[in-house]
Amino acid sequence: MVLGVSLANRGLYGGIEWVGTLDNYRRLADSLIGVIFLRSLFFACMTTMACGIIGFPLAYMVARAAPRWQWVLLTFVMIPFWTNFLVRTYAWILILRADGLANGVLLQLGLISEPLSLVFTDFAVALGLIYGYLPFMVLPLIVAIERISPELEEAAYDLYASSSAMFRHVVLPLSKPGFLAGGVLVFIPSLGAFITPYLLGGGQKMMIGTLIQQEFLVSRDWPFGSALAFGLMGSALMVWFLVSRTWLGKDLS
Amino acid sequence: MRPMPKPLVFAGLMTMLFLYVPIIILIGLSFNASTMGVAWKGFSVHWYQKLLADSSIIEATVNSLVIAGISTTCSLVLGLGAAMGLEKWRGRYSAWMNTLIVLPLVIPEILLGVALLMAFVLWHVPLGFGSIIIGHMVFNLPLVVVILRARLRKLDPAWEDAARDLGATSWQVLWHITLPMLRPAMVGAALLSFTVSLDDFVVTFFVAGPGATTLPLKVFSMIKTGMTPEVNALSAVMVVVSMVCVGLSWFFQQQAPSSVINNAQSS
Repeated sequence: MVLGVSLANRGLYGGIEWVGTLDNYRRLADSLIGVIFLRSLFFACMTTMACGIIGFPLAYMVARAAPRWQWVLLTFVMIPFWTNFLVRTYAWILILRADGLANGVLLQLGLISEPLSLVFTDFAVALGLIYGYLPFMVLPLIVAIERISPELEEAAYDLYASSSAMFRHVVLPLSKPGFLAGGVLVFIPSLGAFITPYLLGGGQKMMIGTLIQQEFLVSRDWPFGSALAFGLMGSALMVWFLVSRTWLGKDLS
Repeated sequence: MRPMPKPLVFAGLMTMLFLYVPIIILIGLSFNASTMGVAWKGFSVHWYQKLLADSSIIEATVNSLVIAGISTTCSLVLGLGAAMGLEKWRGRYSAWMNTLIVLPLVIPEILLGVALLMAFVLWHVPLGFGSIIIGHMVFNLPLVVVILRARLRKLDPAWEDAARDLGATSWQVLWHITLPMLRPAMVGAALLSFTVSLDDFVVTFFVAGPGATTLPLKVFSMIKTGMTPEVNALSAVMVVVSMVCVGLSWFFQQQAPSSVINNAQSS
């Protein structure tokens, strides 16, 4: 049984390798592909950092809430986590499009005189990615913060640490496993994101995910698509191994 | 304990708001009577009625439910075997195997989609219902294995040993001891994999082929062809369904294993 499962997995990924030839990998070096890859990398890094910064206060609040409230808050964090990604992306189209709510509010307030084109921009893609993957950062952070003994925080306060010093020297360093786990969970899918750049970016500016989709389903250049996919998988796995083999494994064990 | 710093609580609440505003807007707009745009023209359930009247949506819903049901059932059976095998087996390559089995959960979904598509085409598997089910199993199986293994590790081996000492066969141990103790985790895993399968878009998008449509694929094509308020209503329904599934899985996973042990004792 175990062998069967593993063989199925291996076989599926093996499929990529025999289709790819060196020629297609050479095309990866094309400067246009490089730009697309770098853009994806930039968006993924930005999303990961933004999720970490935005997610931390919420995670701390949930982790340190009174048990009665914690259950409620945790449920509230879980619901977006399990809500359809497509639906959550679509909600932003409703908000951002020309006759959408954001423009409506801004017009009403007199901040702008005519609707801004918010959707199909880099801003929309970034917002969509952060919104989409935020729960993936918050949940591991909650777990990590819960593991930190509150007594350590007390001790820091007893030693006259200000609350900002306490966070800087106690909670943030000890939350590192959470940031790393969350970082991997956000970084890898946002590197290969397809729905968000497609719907919120309008497919105008290519990202690696939309490019792969196009190669496979539109231009039907499978060998080249496979080379791209393999490149993406390589980078994703590298990040994962780097984190799991170095700091994370040590901290979590 | 000292109260939490105010700015932190404020930031946390703002983040929560950020997570929920789009969802609330979506649900709100699904009750909007207006045909175009987002201007509020009064409360209406018109779009929900339209959903129910649309046979292609009903068909996609049924497809989604059937696919999720079959792939969850298969994943649960295979996953149980894999989890127990991996837990017992301490061979040379077990660490590699552990990594390999969670791989589909950590690589970008789009890769799973294209890899499956190529595998199906190369092995001449027709794209459609079957290919979607197999595709979903590829991510459901690791999910089930991870959840079941977490529970298996917490089980006290003394129960199984005691049963064996009393002359139970391996099957009897499995049936009367291990499975009942695993039940909460199995229900939780089943619900989660059902939800994930129901919600999956990317993998399905690649392996669906022309014939079969699932609910997320339907939503996607509706968004692309022109956004009618029908999409809002459909999305709102999907949000609520996800919430129910999460709630159920919470409920079953929170159930203390002690009650199961008590059941095992009395029977």
